[in-house]
Amino acid sequence: MKELQELARKLLNEGTVKVVIGYEEGPRGVRAAFITDPTQSEKLVFDKRCVQNLVAYLNPRRKHLIQLGKAAIVVKGCDARSVAGLIREKQIERGNVVVIAMRCGGVLENPANESELTCETVSVRCANCDVREPKLYDYILGVLPPEPPVNPARAEQIAALKLMTSAERWQFWTEQLSRCIRCHACREACPMCFCVQCTADKTQPQWIDPSSTPRANRAWQTMRTLHQAGRCVDCLECERACPEHIPLGLLARYVADAVEQRFAYKSCDDPSVPAPLGVYRTDDDEEFIR
Amino acid sequence: MSDGVKQETISTWSPKIVALVCNWCTYTGADLAGTSRLKMDANVRVIRLPCSSRVNPLFIIKAFERGADGVIVSGCHTGDCHFSTGNYYARRRFAILHDLLEFTGVENDRVTFSWVSASEGNKWQQVVNETTTRVKALGPLHIFQEQKGGEAQ
Repeated sequence: MKELQELARKLLNEGTVKVVIGYEEGPRGVRAAFITDPTQSEKLVFDKRCVQNLVAYLNPRRKHLIQLGKAAIVVKGCDARSVAGLIREKQIERGNVVVIAMRCGGVLENPANESELTCETVSVRCANCDVREPKLYDYILGVLPPEPPVNPARAEQIAALKLMTSAERWQFWTEQLSRCIRCHACREACPMCFCVQCTADKTQPQWIDPSSTPRANRAWQTMRTLHQAGRCVDCLECERACPEHIPLGLLARYVADAVEQRFAYKSCDDPSVPAPLGVYRTDDDEEFIR
Repeated sequence: MSDGVKQETISTWSPKIVALVCNWCTYTGADLAGTSRLKMDANVRVIRLPCSSRVNPLFIIKAFERGADGVIVSGCHTGDCHFSTGNYYARRRFAILHDLLEFTGVENDRVTFSWVSASEGNKWQQVVNETTTRVKALGPLHIFQEQKGGEAQ
Protein backbone atom coordinates (compact mmCIF):
# COMPACT_ATOMS: atom_id res chain seq x y z
CA MET A 1 0.00 0.00 0.00
CA LYS A 2 2.86 2.34 0.98
CA GLU A 3 4.60 1.43 -2.27
CA LEU A 4 1.50 2.39 -4.26
CA GLN A 5 1.06 5.72 -2.48
CA GLU A 6 4.71 6.63 -2.99
CA LEU A 7 4.58 5.71 -6.65
CA ALA A 8 1.43 7.82 -7.12
CA ARG A 9 3.04 10.76 -5.35
CA LYS A 10 6.17 10.42 -7.47
CA LEU A 11 4.23 10.25 -10.75
CA LEU A 12 2.12 13.28 -9.86
CA ASN A 13 5.08 15.31 -8.56
CA GLU A 14 7.14 14.58 -11.66
CA GLY A 15 4.19 15.56 -13.81
CA THR A 16 4.33 12.22 -15.65
CA VAL A 17 0.60 11.93 -15.11
CA LYS A 18 -2.10 14.41 -14.17
CA VAL A 19 -4.40 11.97 -12.42
CA VAL A 20 -4.05 8.62 -10.68
CA ILE A 21 -7.13 6.43 -10.84
CA GLY A 22 -7.17 4.03 -7.90
CA TYR A 23 -9.16 2.93 -4.87
CA GLU A 24 -9.85 4.78 -1.63
CA GLU A 25 -11.85 4.12 1.53
CA GLY A 26 -15.46 5.13 1.15
CA PRO A 27 -18.54 4.95 3.33
CA ARG A 28 -19.52 1.54 1.90
CA GLY A 29 -16.22 -0.21 1.35
CA VAL A 30 -13.59 0.87 -1.12
CA ARG A 31 -14.53 3.07 -4.05
CA ALA A 32 -12.88 4.64 -7.05
CA ALA A 33 -10.56 7.57 -6.37
CA PHE A 34 -9.20 10.20 -8.74
CA ILE A 35 -6.06 11.68 -7.25
CA THR A 36 -4.81 14.87 -8.90
CA ASP A 37 -3.03 16.37 -5.92
CA PRO A 38 0.19 14.57 -4.83
CA THR A 39 -0.51 15.32 -1.18
CA GLN A 40 -3.72 13.32 -1.44
CA SER A 41 -1.99 10.17 -2.60
CA GLU A 42 -2.00 8.55 0.86
CA LYS A 43 -5.72 8.06 0.34
CA LEU A 44 -4.95 5.24 -2.08
CA VAL A 45 -5.55 1.71 -0.86
CA PHE A 46 -5.36 -1.71 -2.42
CA ASP A 47 -6.56 -4.94 -0.85
CA LYS A 48 -8.94 -7.80 -1.47
CA ARG A 49 -11.97 -5.50 -1.41
CA CYS A 50 -10.88 -3.77 -4.63
CA VAL A 51 -13.29 -5.65 -6.84
CA GLN A 52 -14.24 -2.82 -9.21
CA ASN A 53 -12.72 -2.75 -12.69
CA LEU A 54 -11.52 0.86 -12.92
CA VAL A 55 -10.70 0.63 -16.61
CA ALA A 56 -14.22 1.88 -17.35
CA TYR A 57 -12.79 5.30 -16.38
CA LEU A 58 -10.15 5.10 -19.13
CA ASN A 59 -12.90 4.65 -21.67
CA PRO A 60 -12.81 7.48 -24.26
CA ARG A 61 -16.49 8.14 -23.55
CA ARG A 62 -15.45 9.69 -20.23
CA LYS A 63 -14.66 13.09 -21.69
CA HIS A 64 -14.43 14.89 -18.34
CA LEU A 65 -11.72 12.45 -17.25
CA ILE A 66 -9.78 12.76 -20.49
CA GLN A 67 -9.75 16.52 -19.97
CA LEU A 68 -7.78 16.03 -16.75
CA GLY A 69 -4.83 14.82 -18.82
CA LYS A 70 -2.71 11.70 -18.89
CA ALA A 71 -3.81 9.10 -16.38
CA ALA A 72 -2.16 6.39 -14.32
CA ILE A 73 -4.47 3.55 -13.41
CA VAL A 74 -4.33 0.89 -10.72
CA VAL A 75 -5.26 -2.48 -12.22
CA LYS A 76 -5.50 -6.09 -11.16
CA GLY A 77 -4.56 -8.82 -13.60
CA CYS A 78 -8.12 -9.20 -14.84
CA ASP A 79 -8.47 -5.44 -15.36
CA ALA A 80 -5.23 -5.37 -17.36
CA ARG A 81 -7.11 -7.37 -19.99
CA SER A 82 -9.56 -4.48 -20.38
CA VAL A 83 -6.66 -2.04 -20.82
CA ALA A 84 -5.25 -4.38 -23.48
CA GLY A 85 -8.71 -4.55 -25.06
CA LEU A 86 -8.97 -0.76 -25.32
CA ILE A 87 -5.49 -0.57 -26.86
CA ARG A 88 -6.29 -3.45 -29.23
CA GLU A 89 -9.43 -1.67 -30.41
CA LYS A 90 -7.53 1.63 -30.84
CA GLN A 91 -9.53 3.42 -28.16
CA ILE A 92 -6.52 4.53 -26.15
CA GLU A 93 -2.83 4.76 -26.93
CA ARG A 94 -0.38 2.67 -24.96
CA GLY A 95 1.87 5.69 -24.44
CA ASN A 96 -0.99 7.73 -23.06
CA VAL A 97 -1.66 5.67 -19.97
CA VAL A 98 0.54 4.52 -17.09
CA VAL A 99 -0.50 1.08 -15.93
CA ILE A 100 0.19 0.33 -12.26
CA ALA A 101 -0.45 -3.38 -11.91
CA MET A 102 -1.09 -5.03 -8.56
CA ARG A 103 -0.38 -8.69 -8.01
CA CYS A 104 -3.73 -10.09 -7.00
CA GLY A 105 -4.82 -13.18 -5.12
CA GLY A 106 -8.53 -12.80 -5.69
CA VAL A 107 -11.06 -10.22 -4.55
CA LEU A 108 -14.30 -10.22 -2.57
CA GLU A 109 -17.64 -10.01 -4.34
CA ASN A 110 -18.79 -7.25 -1.99
CA PRO A 111 -16.35 -4.34 -1.46
CA ALA A 112 -18.01 -3.51 1.88
CA ASN A 113 -17.25 -6.98 3.17
CA GLU A 114 -14.21 -7.36 5.42
CA SER A 115 -14.26 -11.14 5.71
CA GLU A 116 -11.76 -13.72 4.53
CA LEU A 117 -11.77 -15.06 0.98
CA THR A 118 -13.90 -18.20 0.94
CA CYS A 119 -15.88 -20.01 -1.72
CA GLU A 120 -18.93 -17.91 -0.79
CA THR A 121 -17.35 -14.49 -0.51
CA VAL A 122 -14.86 -14.62 -3.41
CA SER A 123 -15.89 -12.81 -6.57
CA VAL A 124 -17.27 -15.13 -9.26
CA ARG A 125 -14.93 -13.52 -11.75
CA CYS A 126 -11.90 -14.93 -9.94
CA ALA A 127 -12.94 -18.47 -10.90
CA ASN A 128 -11.92 -17.85 -14.48
CA CYS A 129 -8.80 -15.75 -13.88
CA ASP A 130 -5.46 -16.70 -15.35
CA VAL A 131 -3.66 -13.38 -14.94
CA ARG A 132 -2.79 -12.98 -11.27
CA GLU A 133 0.37 -11.23 -12.44
CA PRO A 134 -0.27 -9.28 -15.66
CA LYS A 135 2.31 -8.80 -18.38
CA LEU A 136 0.93 -5.43 -19.46
CA TYR A 137 2.24 -2.85 -16.99
CA ASP A 138 4.57 0.08 -16.43
CA TYR A 139 4.96 -0.65 -12.73
CA ILE A 140 4.09 -3.84 -10.93
CA LEU A 141 3.67 -3.86 -7.15
CA GLY A 142 2.99 -6.25 -4.33
CA VAL A 143 3.89 -9.86 -3.74
CA LEU A 144 1.95 -12.64 -5.37
CA PRO A 145 -0.59 -13.93 -2.81
CA PRO A 146 -1.76 -17.55 -2.83
CA GLU A 147 -4.48 -18.66 -5.28
CA PRO A 148 -7.98 -17.75 -4.07
CA PRO A 149 -10.70 -20.35 -3.46
CA VAL A 150 -12.91 -20.99 -6.48
CA ASN A 151 -16.58 -20.10 -6.57
CA PRO A 152 -18.08 -22.75 -8.88
CA ALA A 153 -21.54 -21.11 -9.06
CA ARG A 154 -21.11 -19.59 -12.52
CA ALA A 155 -19.85 -22.72 -14.25
CA GLU A 156 -22.64 -24.75 -12.64
CA GLN A 157 -25.30 -22.29 -13.81
CA ILE A 158 -24.03 -22.38 -17.39
CA ALA A 159 -23.97 -26.18 -17.36
CA ALA A 160 -27.53 -26.30 -16.00
CA LEU A 161 -28.77 -23.87 -18.66
CA LYS A 162 -27.15 -25.90 -21.42
CA LEU A 163 -29.09 -28.98 -20.28
CA MET A 164 -32.45 -27.18 -20.56
CA THR A 165 -34.68 -27.29 -23.63
CA SER A 166 -35.07 -24.20 -25.82
CA ALA A 167 -38.46 -23.44 -24.30
CA GLU A 168 -37.09 -23.66 -20.75
CA ARG A 169 -34.16 -21.42 -21.62
CA TRP A 170 -36.55 -18.94 -23.22
CA GLN A 171 -38.64 -18.97 -20.06
CA PHE A 172 -35.55 -18.48 -17.89
CA TRP A 173 -34.33 -15.46 -19.84
CA THR A 174 -37.82 -13.98 -20.16
CA GLU A 175 -38.15 -14.06 -16.39
CA GLN A 176 -34.70 -12.63 -15.82
CA LEU A 177 -34.90 -9.92 -18.46
CA SER A 178 -38.44 -8.89 -17.55
CA ARG A 179 -36.91 -7.24 -14.48
CA CYS A 180 -34.68 -4.99 -16.59
CA ILE A 181 -35.59 -1.32 -16.13
CA ARG A 182 -33.38 -0.17 -19.02
CA CYS A 183 -31.25 2.07 -16.86
CA HIS A 184 -28.27 1.06 -19.01
CA ALA A 185 -26.06 0.83 -15.94
CA CYS A 186 -24.53 -2.32 -17.48
CA ARG A 187 -23.33 -0.23 -20.39
CA GLU A 188 -22.03 2.59 -18.23
CA ALA A 189 -20.06 0.24 -15.98
CA CYS A 190 -18.61 -1.71 -18.90
CA PRO A 191 -14.95 -0.92 -19.68
CA MET A 192 -15.43 -2.16 -23.24
CA CYS A 193 -18.65 -0.30 -24.15
CA PHE A 194 -16.91 2.55 -25.93
CA CYS A 195 -19.24 3.57 -28.80
CA VAL A 196 -19.64 7.32 -29.07
CA GLN A 197 -23.32 6.79 -29.73
CA CYS A 198 -24.83 3.54 -28.51
CA THR A 199 -27.17 1.76 -30.93
CA ALA A 200 -29.73 1.70 -28.13
CA ASP A 201 -29.74 5.52 -28.10
CA LYS A 202 -30.29 5.90 -31.83
CA THR A 203 -33.70 7.16 -32.83
CA GLN A 204 -33.37 7.29 -36.61
CA PRO A 205 -33.62 4.43 -37.28
CA GLN A 206 -34.61 3.19 -33.86
CA TRP A 207 -33.05 -0.24 -33.56
CA ILE A 208 -33.87 -0.88 -29.95
CA ASP A 209 -37.14 0.14 -28.36
CA PRO A 210 -36.17 2.31 -25.35
CA SER A 211 -39.18 1.22 -23.29
CA SER A 212 -38.79 -1.47 -20.69
CA THR A 213 -40.85 -4.25 -22.25
CA PRO A 214 -39.68 -7.87 -22.17
CA ARG A 215 -39.29 -7.81 -25.94
CA ALA A 216 -37.20 -4.64 -25.99
CA ASN A 217 -35.17 -5.81 -23.00
CA ARG A 218 -34.34 -9.01 -24.80
CA ALA A 219 -33.32 -7.14 -27.95
CA TRP A 220 -31.13 -4.78 -25.89
CA GLN A 221 -29.32 -7.49 -23.96
CA THR A 222 -28.89 -9.68 -27.04
CA MET A 223 -27.40 -6.74 -28.90
CA ARG A 224 -25.08 -5.77 -26.07
CA THR A 225 -23.86 -9.32 -25.65
CA LEU A 226 -23.20 -9.61 -29.37
CA HIS A 227 -21.32 -6.31 -29.44
CA GLN A 228 -19.16 -7.56 -26.57
CA ALA A 229 -18.39 -10.87 -28.26
CA GLY A 230 -14.61 -11.15 -28.39
CA ARG A 231 -14.28 -7.91 -26.39
CA CYS A 232 -15.75 -8.89 -23.06
CA VAL A 233 -13.09 -9.68 -20.47
CA ASP A 234 -15.59 -11.32 -18.13
CA CYS A 235 -15.06 -8.71 -15.39
CA LEU A 236 -18.79 -8.88 -14.56
CA GLU A 237 -19.03 -5.15 -13.90
CA CYS A 238 -22.36 -5.23 -15.78
CA GLU A 239 -23.74 -7.72 -13.33
CA ARG A 240 -22.39 -5.81 -10.33
CA ALA A 241 -23.90 -2.59 -11.65
CA CYS A 242 -27.31 -4.11 -12.38
CA PRO A 243 -29.84 -2.82 -9.83
CA GLU A 244 -32.14 -5.75 -10.65
CA HIS A 245 -29.48 -8.43 -10.21
CA ILE A 246 -29.96 -9.90 -13.68
CA PRO A 247 -27.26 -12.54 -14.27
CA LEU A 248 -25.81 -10.73 -17.29
CA GLY A 249 -22.50 -12.43 -16.67
CA LEU A 250 -24.06 -15.69 -17.81
CA LEU A 251 -24.64 -14.29 -21.30
CA ALA A 252 -21.17 -12.77 -21.42
CA ARG A 253 -19.52 -15.92 -20.17
CA TYR A 254 -21.42 -18.16 -22.57
CA VAL A 255 -20.41 -16.02 -25.56
CA ALA A 256 -16.81 -15.85 -24.31
CA ASP A 257 -16.79 -19.66 -24.17
CA ALA A 258 -18.27 -19.85 -27.69
CA VAL A 259 -15.59 -17.46 -28.99
CA GLU A 260 -12.87 -19.49 -27.33
CA GLN A 261 -14.18 -22.76 -28.68
CA ARG A 262 -14.77 -21.53 -32.23
CA PHE A 263 -11.91 -19.10 -32.76
CA ALA A 264 -9.37 -20.28 -30.17
CA TYR A 265 -9.34 -16.80 -28.64
CA LYS A 266 -9.32 -16.16 -24.93
CA SER A 267 -9.31 -12.63 -23.55
CA CYS A 268 -5.73 -11.81 -22.60
CA ASP A 269 -3.58 -8.87 -21.58
CA ASP A 270 -1.60 -8.81 -24.82
CA PRO A 271 -2.81 -5.92 -27.01
CA SER A 272 -1.09 -7.30 -30.11
CA VAL A 273 -3.47 -10.28 -30.33
CA PRO A 274 -6.16 -9.22 -32.83
CA ALA A 275 -9.84 -9.07 -31.87
CA PRO A 276 -11.44 -12.37 -32.93
CA LEU A 277 -14.34 -10.81 -34.82
CA GLY A 278 -12.03 -8.44 -36.69
CA VAL A 279 -10.09 -11.24 -38.35
CA TYR A 280 -10.97 -14.54 -40.00
CA ARG A 281 -9.52 -17.86 -41.04
CA THR A 282 -10.54 -19.42 -44.32
CA ASP A 283 -11.01 -22.72 -42.51
CA ASP A 284 -13.28 -21.41 -39.76
CA ASP A 285 -15.82 -23.93 -38.60
CA GLU A 286 -19.05 -23.68 -40.63
CA GLU A 287 -20.96 -26.69 -39.35
CA PHE A 288 -23.95 -24.41 -38.64
CA ILE A 289 -24.26 -23.33 -42.28
CA ARG A 290 -26.76 -25.46 -44.14
CA MET B 1 -67.11 -15.90 -31.23
CA SER B 2 -63.69 -14.53 -30.55
CA ASP B 3 -62.51 -18.07 -29.88
CA GLY B 4 -63.78 -19.07 -33.29
CA VAL B 5 -61.83 -16.28 -34.92
CA LYS B 6 -58.68 -17.29 -33.06
CA GLN B 7 -59.08 -20.91 -34.13
CA GLU B 8 -59.42 -19.79 -37.70
CA THR B 9 -56.23 -17.73 -37.49
CA ILE B 10 -54.27 -20.65 -36.13
CA SER B 11 -55.50 -23.17 -38.67
CA THR B 12 -54.63 -20.89 -41.57
CA TRP B 13 -51.31 -19.81 -40.07
CA SER B 14 -48.42 -19.86 -42.43
CA PRO B 15 -44.97 -18.72 -41.39
CA LYS B 16 -43.48 -15.39 -42.35
CA ILE B 17 -39.86 -15.84 -43.27
CA VAL B 18 -37.44 -13.01 -43.97
CA ALA B 19 -34.52 -13.74 -46.27
CA LEU B 20 -31.50 -11.44 -46.03
CA VAL B 21 -29.54 -12.19 -49.18
CA CYS B 22 -26.45 -10.91 -50.91
CA ASN B 23 -26.92 -9.10 -54.20
CA TRP B 24 -24.15 -10.89 -56.04
CA CYS B 25 -24.86 -14.56 -55.41
CA THR B 26 -28.02 -15.51 -53.59
CA TYR B 27 -30.22 -12.75 -55.00
CA THR B 28 -29.16 -13.73 -58.51
CA GLY B 29 -29.61 -17.39 -57.55
CA ALA B 30 -33.12 -16.67 -56.30
CA ASP B 31 -33.79 -14.79 -59.53
CA LEU B 32 -32.61 -17.84 -61.47
CA ALA B 33 -34.94 -20.06 -59.43
CA GLY B 34 -37.78 -17.71 -60.42
CA THR B 35 -36.99 -17.51 -64.11
CA SER B 36 -36.55 -21.31 -64.14
CA ARG B 37 -40.13 -21.54 -62.82
CA LEU B 38 -39.03 -23.60 -59.82
CA LYS B 39 -41.93 -24.15 -57.44
CA MET B 40 -41.31 -23.11 -53.85
CA ASP B 41 -43.20 -22.10 -50.74
CA ALA B 42 -44.47 -18.53 -50.89
CA ASN B 43 -43.53 -17.69 -47.29
CA VAL B 44 -40.25 -15.96 -47.95
CA ARG B 45 -39.79 -12.19 -48.24
CA VAL B 46 -36.46 -11.41 -49.83
CA ILE B 47 -34.40 -8.40 -48.76
CA ARG B 48 -31.46 -7.63 -51.01
CA LEU B 49 -28.23 -6.45 -49.42
CA PRO B 50 -24.83 -5.66 -50.93
CA CYS B 51 -23.07 -8.52 -49.10
CA SER B 52 -23.76 -11.12 -46.43
CA SER B 53 -21.32 -9.11 -44.35
CA ARG B 54 -23.85 -6.26 -44.45
CA VAL B 55 -26.16 -8.37 -42.29
CA ASN B 56 -26.00 -6.86 -38.86
CA PRO B 57 -27.18 -9.43 -36.30
CA LEU B 58 -29.65 -6.74 -35.27
CA PHE B 59 -31.47 -7.24 -38.59
CA ILE B 60 -32.30 -10.76 -37.50
CA ILE B 61 -33.39 -9.73 -34.02
CA LYS B 62 -35.50 -6.94 -35.52
CA ALA B 63 -37.12 -9.33 -37.99
CA PHE B 64 -38.19 -11.57 -35.11
CA GLU B 65 -39.44 -8.58 -33.13
CA ARG B 66 -41.51 -7.36 -36.04
CA GLY B 67 -43.28 -10.66 -36.54
CA ALA B 68 -41.08 -12.95 -38.59
CA ASP B 69 -41.20 -16.61 -37.62
CA GLY B 70 -37.98 -17.51 -39.36
CA VAL B 71 -34.98 -15.87 -41.01
CA ILE B 72 -32.76 -17.00 -43.85
CA VAL B 73 -29.35 -15.42 -44.23
CA SER B 74 -27.57 -16.30 -47.43
CA GLY B 75 -24.59 -15.11 -49.41
CA CYS B 76 -21.79 -16.22 -51.68
CA HIS B 77 -19.85 -19.38 -50.95
CA THR B 78 -16.67 -18.71 -49.00
CA GLY B 79 -13.92 -17.68 -51.36
CA ASP B 80 -16.45 -16.33 -53.88
CA CYS B 81 -17.33 -13.07 -52.13
CA HIS B 82 -17.71 -10.13 -54.51
CA PHE B 83 -15.67 -8.11 -52.02
CA SER B 84 -13.17 -10.96 -51.51
CA THR B 85 -13.46 -11.38 -47.74
CA GLY B 86 -16.89 -10.12 -46.64
CA ASN B 87 -18.44 -13.49 -46.00
CA TYR B 88 -15.47 -14.70 -43.94
CA TYR B 89 -16.10 -11.93 -41.43
CA ALA B 90 -19.85 -12.54 -41.65
CA ARG B 91 -19.34 -16.23 -40.93
CA ARG B 92 -17.64 -15.43 -37.62
CA ARG B 93 -20.46 -13.11 -36.58
CA PHE B 94 -23.13 -15.60 -37.58
CA ALA B 95 -21.41 -18.36 -35.62
CA ILE B 96 -21.63 -16.29 -32.43
CA LEU B 97 -25.20 -15.19 -33.15
CA HIS B 98 -26.14 -18.81 -33.81
CA ASP B 99 -24.79 -19.86 -30.41
CA LEU B 100 -26.27 -16.91 -28.54
CA LEU B 101 -29.77 -17.35 -29.99
CA GLU B 102 -29.68 -20.97 -28.94
CA PHE B 103 -28.55 -19.98 -25.45
CA THR B 104 -31.36 -17.45 -25.03
CA GLY B 105 -33.95 -19.99 -26.13
CA VAL B 106 -34.67 -19.22 -29.81
CA GLU B 107 -34.74 -22.56 -31.63
CA ASN B 108 -31.83 -22.94 -34.02
CA ASP B 109 -34.14 -24.15 -36.78
CA ARG B 110 -35.66 -20.68 -37.07
CA VAL B 111 -32.49 -19.17 -38.47
CA THR B 112 -30.98 -20.71 -41.58
CA PHE B 113 -27.52 -19.68 -42.65
CA SER B 114 -26.56 -20.88 -46.11
CA TRP B 115 -24.35 -20.16 -49.06
CA VAL B 116 -26.18 -20.08 -52.41
CA SER B 117 -24.29 -19.04 -55.54
CA ALA B 118 -25.76 -17.29 -58.59
CA SER B 119 -26.05 -20.58 -60.49
CA GLU B 120 -27.70 -22.53 -57.68
CA GLY B 121 -31.40 -21.86 -58.33
CA ASN B 122 -32.14 -25.40 -57.21
CA LYS B 123 -30.30 -24.95 -53.96
CA TRP B 124 -32.27 -21.77 -53.25
CA GLN B 125 -35.51 -23.67 -53.82
CA GLN B 126 -34.28 -26.33 -51.41
CA VAL B 127 -33.24 -23.77 -48.76
CA VAL B 128 -36.63 -22.01 -48.96
CA ASN B 129 -38.64 -25.22 -48.81
CA GLU B 130 -36.62 -26.81 -46.05
CA THR B 131 -36.67 -23.66 -43.90
CA THR B 132 -40.42 -23.29 -44.38
CA THR B 133 -40.98 -26.92 -43.36
CA ARG B 134 -38.80 -26.52 -40.27
CA VAL B 135 -40.47 -23.27 -39.19
CA LYS B 136 -43.94 -24.74 -39.82
CA ALA B 137 -43.04 -27.62 -37.55
CA LEU B 138 -41.97 -25.18 -34.80
CA GLY B 139 -45.10 -23.04 -35.10
CA PRO B 140 -45.42 -19.28 -34.75
CA LEU B 141 -42.77 -17.37 -32.80
CA HIS B 142 -45.54 -15.76 -30.77
CA ILE B 143 -43.30 -15.62 -27.72
CA PHE B 144 -41.53 -12.58 -29.11
CA GLN B 145 -44.73 -10.81 -30.03
CA GLU B 146 -47.25 -11.80 -27.38
CA GLN B 147 -45.28 -10.48 -24.46
CA LYS B 148 -47.04 -7.87 -22.42
CA GLY B 149 -46.58 -4.37 -23.74
CA GLY B 150 -44.92 -5.45 -26.94
CA GLU B 151 -47.70 -5.77 -29.51
CA ALA B 152 -46.82 -7.24 -32.88
CA GLN B 153 -46.54 -4.82 -35.74
